[in-house]
Amino acid sequence: MIRAILIFNNHGKPRLSKFYEHYTEDTEQQIIRETFHLVSKRDENVCNFLEGGMLIGGSDYKLIYRHYATLYFVFCVDSSESELGILDLIQVFVETLDKCFENVCELDLIFHVDKVHNILAEMVMGGMVLETNMNEIIMQVDAQNKMEKSETFIFQSTRQDR
Amino acid sequence: MALKIVKGSIDRMFDKNLQDLVRGIRNHKEDEAKYISTCIDEIKQELKQDNIAVKANAVCKLTYLQMLGYDVSWAAFNIVEVMSSSKFTYKRIGYLAASQCFHESTDVIMLTTNQIRKDLSSPNQYDTGVALTGLSCFVTPDLARDLANDIMTLMSHTKPYIRKKAVLIMYKVFLKYPESLRPAFPRLKEKLEDPDPGVQSAAVNVICELARRNPKNYLSLAPLFFKLMTSSTNNWVLIKIIKLFGALTPLEPRLGKKLIEPLTNLIHSTSAMSLLYECVNTVIAVLISLSSGMPNHSASIQLCVQKLRILIEDSDQNLKYLGLLAMSKILKTHPKSVQSHKDLILQCLDDKDESIRLRALDLLYGMVSKKNLMEIVKKLMLHVDKAEGTTYRDELLTKIIDICSQSNYQYITNFEWYISILVELTRLEGTRHGHLIASQMLDVAIRVKAIRIFAVAQMATLLDNAHLLTGNMQRNGICEVLYAAAWICGEFSEHLENPMQTLEAMLRPKVATLPGHIQAVYVQNAAKLFSTVLKSQEGSTEGTAAQETSQLMIDRLPLFVQSANLEVQERASCILQLVKYIQKLQQKEVEVAEEVSALFAGELNPVAPKAQKKVPVPEGLDLDAWINEPPSESESEDEQPKAIFAKEEPKHSRSRHTEVDEKELARRREARKQEQANNPFYIKASPSSQKVYQESPGVEHIPVVQIDLTVPLKVPGLPMSDQYLKLEEERRQKERADKKKKEKKKRKEKRSGRGRRHDSGPESEEDITPAHMVDIVTEEMPENALPSDDDDKDPNDPHKALDIDLDKPLADSEKLPVRSHRAAKVAKSPVEDGDAENTPPSQEPKKKSSKEKREKKKDKDRDRKKSKEEKKKKKHKHEEKEEDLLGGEADEPVVQSEDTTEVVALPTSTNAEVSDLDFWLSNAPVPSNTQEAATVAATAEADSVPEATSGTAPDSDHDEPKNSELEETKSSKHKKKKQKKEKEEKEKKKKKKHHHHHRHHSDGGADESVQNGTVEDEEPLPPMSNYCLLAENSYIKMMMEDADEVCDIQGNLQDGSQVVVSVIFENKCDSLLKSMEFNVLDSLNSKLQRPEGSGPHDGFTVPFQLPPGVSNEARLVFTVQSIVMPQKMKGTLTFIVKNEDSSIHEKLDFKLHFTCTSYLITTPCYSDAFAKLLESGDLKCSSVRLEEVNMPFHHLLARICFHHHFSVVERIDSCASMYSRSIQGHHVCLLVKTSGQTVSIDAKCDEPTLLGNVLDEIKQTFSQC
Repeated sequence: MIRAILIFNNHGKPRLSKFYEHYTEDTEQQIIRETFHLVSKRDENVCNFLEGGMLIGGSDYKLIYRHYATLYFVFCVDSSESELGILDLIQVFVETLDKCFENVCELDLIFHVDKVHNILAEMVMGGMVLETNMNEIIMQVDAQNKMEKSETFIFQSTRQDR
Repeated sequence: MALKIVKGSIDRMFDKNLQDLVRGIRNHKEDEAKYISTCIDEIKQELKQDNIAVKANAVCKLTYLQMLGYDVSWAAFNIVEVMSSSKFTYKRIGYLAASQCFHESTDVIMLTTNQIRKDLSSPNQYDTGVALTGLSCFVTPDLARDLANDIMTLMSHTKPYIRKKAVLIMYKVFLKYPESLRPAFPRLKEKLEDPDPGVQSAAVNVICELARRNPKNYLSLAPLFFKLMTSSTNNWVLIKIIKLFGALTPLEPRLGKKLIEPLTNLIHSTSAMSLLYECVNTVIAVLISLSSGMPNHSASIQLCVQKLRILIEDSDQNLKYLGLLAMSKILKTHPKSVQSHKDLILQCLDDKDESIRLRALDLLYGMVSKKNLMEIVKKLMLHVDKAEGTTYRDELLTKIIDICSQSNYQYITNFEWYISILVELTRLEGTRHGHLIASQMLDVAIRVKAIRIFAVAQMATLLDNAHLLTGNMQRNGICEVLYAAAWICGEFSEHLENPMQTLEAMLRPKVATLPGHIQAVYVQNAAKLFSTVLKSQEGSTEGTAAQETSQLMIDRLPLFVQSANLEVQERASCILQLVKYIQKLQQKEVEVAEEVSALFAGELNPVAPKAQKKVPVPEGLDLDAWINEPPSESESEDEQPKAIFAKEEPKHSRSRHTEVDEKELARRREARKQEQANNPFYIKASPSSQKVYQESPGVEHIPVVQIDLTVPLKVPGLPMSDQYLKLEEERRQKERADKKKKEKKKRKEKRSGRGRRHDSGPESEEDITPAHMVDIVTEEMPENALPSDDDDKDPNDPHKALDIDLDKPLADSEKLPVRSHRAAKVAKSPVEDGDAENTPPSQEPKKKSSKEKREKKKDKDRDRKKSKEEKKKKKHKHEEKEEDLLGGEADEPVVQSEDTTEVVALPTSTNAEVSDLDFWLSNAPVPSNTQEAATVAATAEADSVPEATSGTAPDSDHDEPKNSELEETKSSKHKKKKQKKEKEEKEKKKKKKHHHHHRHHSDGGADESVQNGTVEDEEPLPPMSNYCLLAENSYIKMMMEDADEVCDIQGNLQDGSQVVVSVIFENKCDSLLKSMEFNVLDSLNSKLQRPEGSGPHDGFTVPFQLPPGVSNEARLVFTVQSIVMPQKMKGTLTFIVKNEDSSIHEKLDFKLHFTCTSYLITTPCYSDAFAKLLESGDLKCSSVRLEEVNMPFHHLLARICFHHHFSVVERIDSCASMYSRSIQGHHVCLLVKTSGQTVSIDAKCDEPTLLGNVLDEIKQTFSQC
């Protein structure tokens, strides 16, 4: 099971937080802060796994992260997930973002966190991996976006951001 | 027109959308909080609008603010509003917001039930998808209960997109509403074979997640997963399955055997590192679950270790990390294979990556030996000095202590060294583990008597230099060591060189700044020291010195009397008064030292940490029962005043009673110690090698180098454990030299006896003798301590509720609840294809479209069909067996001549699944397997081809749990009873063939015999059988197989009070025997399990008839309560003898004899577990001697194994340890030794009566041959 998925930048600003277990807002912020603290002080060429300790869940849980340019993608998972599998999943996630946003950068995540959530929802559901095939994910996301467009042409035409 | 209005209102209202909000926040970096609060005000305004678009926009912004840590639960109702919008765009926003901030205690959640249900059945698959995704995040028990049925229907949706989401969310539903698991499980299982890979993967995912928590319920799915594993190419699915197998193998070793080959193939073939790694992991799990003694698996271990080494050597830090992680799993069972890579692991300790260093540290734990402990610890100490960051340093500290203290300080040869290491560790700044060091100091000082002098001296210096520790470290807990120091100095003050100085150190004013509990120890131990000082001073005639000491106490103690800590205050004032009194006496020149020291006389013994927990509940004491009936509600008020005035007489008698008990207890303990001391075979709990050395001849001549204690004890800041390292080196060198000399001598003398040297570690390790002959005092345990201390499980684990037997047929009451009345109103949507199949038609007859009905019917039909099919299958199987009875004879001469085929007559319903699994497992490619595996394999899956061969096939087919046992134990001899001698020639012949038959079995279980320690190239074993004659007359002969136990395959020992008796009925006359009825008189303890619905005196109808000359076997299940005594039961067999013209009723009386042996189950046991069991000291021992036993030792062992269901744990020459377990979980351990014709058996068991009986039976077995 995946307990939480966090994306934050090099300064610890959260760009996306998805907790599959309930925490209060304060705890969530604390977890993000601590995770950032743990992850950010690590060198570039060390392993991508971290024992979460008491942060989330306890000793059965691990933090698995990847660092892309200005962003950290952190998954907090328990022992039923394959470590290398999750690393691959993060890669799939980022590649999907890249396809959906066309050369994704931090700004895309900042302004379109809802879209990132929607993409993530096609990959992970309730803490379990739903789909790992990028083409399938993109297809579903596109189909939903198309639907959205057909519904909301009214103000989509007046307000376009990108 | 309307459109224009809408557009206008949007323009007006839309001052900000999400992007504007984000931009705004970024532009107000200085006053972000203020800006956001104005935004929230705006959002609140927007939420008050009627326009759903505005609301959705507001909710979208709230979701973003939630991520930044703002509580948005106040908008929960608005979120629900947005969720219920008919537009997908808004709905999605609403569900996203809900998934981010709803949780179980959000009260508006209950309003969503109908909305979610509507969305789930929406014609638009993305509406359904969004609802499922949202629900997966905030599902509550209520939602789960109300929606379980709808989601279950979605699992069969036409769109794979919906199917996979529905399958996945079921896990969440199960967690919240465990009752849904059983009804939903069949469909979930179906989805494992869904044509869509995504759905399949989701189903695998869910089942893996379920099985991880309660693996035993999912064992029956193993064949299906095995098929998936060998057919799937999706690595993600493969990884999950392989991980699942890793969880299943510990429960079923046969599964492991089956897995090894495909896994090894995968390891060789796959290029995906993630898959490779998981395969290695599961192979390790398999190897752990299998016996370590299996030679053919060493290749697999080697393969794993080799692959892991490649991973560790890889430049990719991730692989390195995982390699070390997996290595630590191997370490537990196969330490030697890992030890050879010590270099690599030590290298990893220097890695720059902390995670990797931590993993390497874990591995070190298993790599130490007596030889290298000091070296490794020295290396770690260097790391401690270098380490920056307290977490890593703390980890190092705990690891050092773990490594040193593991298995009762097994690897420590020099405790002085260890104490100095501990003292050095106290100099660590900022560690959290002061208490850990303290407890180690205490433990060592208490348990290793020889070290006390040294320890006390060290502790005294510590106390003297307490200021160094307490400087600024109040908060980080290193001062905890002072607790230990003070206690040790006080308790063992007789060893102090200068007690006065220590006393002064303990009474320094600065002590008052220490934490309360440490001060309390200081005060108490100051009193102990005081008594020691008094003693020495009074002896030396200077009366004034003693008085001065008292004065010192009186001067200093008031400081503690003022302490805010109650305990300190209490102790201080108590002791102060005492000292004042002493002073008074001293002034009268009375000698008080003797009396004062009497206050602290006697020694404290260490008590095992779990001792309290292990005190058994005395027989007849029900802890849950009320001592006094609780007064009823109405009476309680009346009774209370009475209680106040009631006399408390009974209390007195009770306290007196306990006193007696304590004395009695002490006496018994003493007796037990005596007994243990006199018993040479009692394996004491202290590290064995030390004991062994005391016993082995001549070792005591090795000079023990006395370490010069004048070495300056502690110069703060200067590490001194290094000195020990050097000394140790020298000592070892010297020893080696000595040893060589001795060896020469020895050779001349010729060795006279042999110690048990082989039992642990490599030879080189044994050569290191400890510097001190330390006696590690065993921790005390209560009498009859209970052996088990499981149930460490968290009672709050939500997964506990999911521990549900999935194979039982579904009861009507378990069907998922159907839509409630309220819901019916919403269910207007015409395309509600997913309506419940279980809906009682009466509830909402009007609303159901005909289409729904049809579908419902279909569903039901399908279910019915399935159950029918299953029934058919079962029936079919039976028929096949019957055919076999007739047809099989021709094929297999051995079986034919014997004419015994079996029909199962188990009254307990056996389920097809388990037997299928068993069957599947039974054709596992056992390496040394011969005939049997082949025949069984040929019989294929239960329902396919009619079985070609018989005889063995039915055996393994429906034996279920017993199966393995049969295979394992069928390698033995025949019990010869008196009646047998009277037997006719003809029968004897038959018997021989019977043996022959069993020999085949023993071939099949050859691996077992290796495990049992009999080496194949020794003399072949004489054939053995467990069948003995029960009764016979001119018509019929009954033979009983030594009662065999059935333990539920799930290993539930609580239900393990069942014994299965196989009875062979053989028709000896020329007429047909029919209507056989088997009946026994139930005793209080043992009862025949009769088919449901029959009375306690009804017989058990034997389910077959016997044509002339034919024999057949029936199984009878008995339940027994107490298994400590052998049982005898009287019984009668009634039957009708049918001739052509007449039929006569006949009967045959017999006696069933249940020996205690028959309650034992052959249970393999590893030697380390065995040693631990003996060590635990809660077993009673007893012994027996057999004279004039004329058989090779391995025959003897084989006989004990076969007849008495033991397994050999370890065999060394003419000595072997054996183990077995009763169906109720009693451990029985034997140590069998032979010299000449005498065999001595020393046995230990937690149930003395059982043990006595088993020993008697063993004796009888050998007296008969």
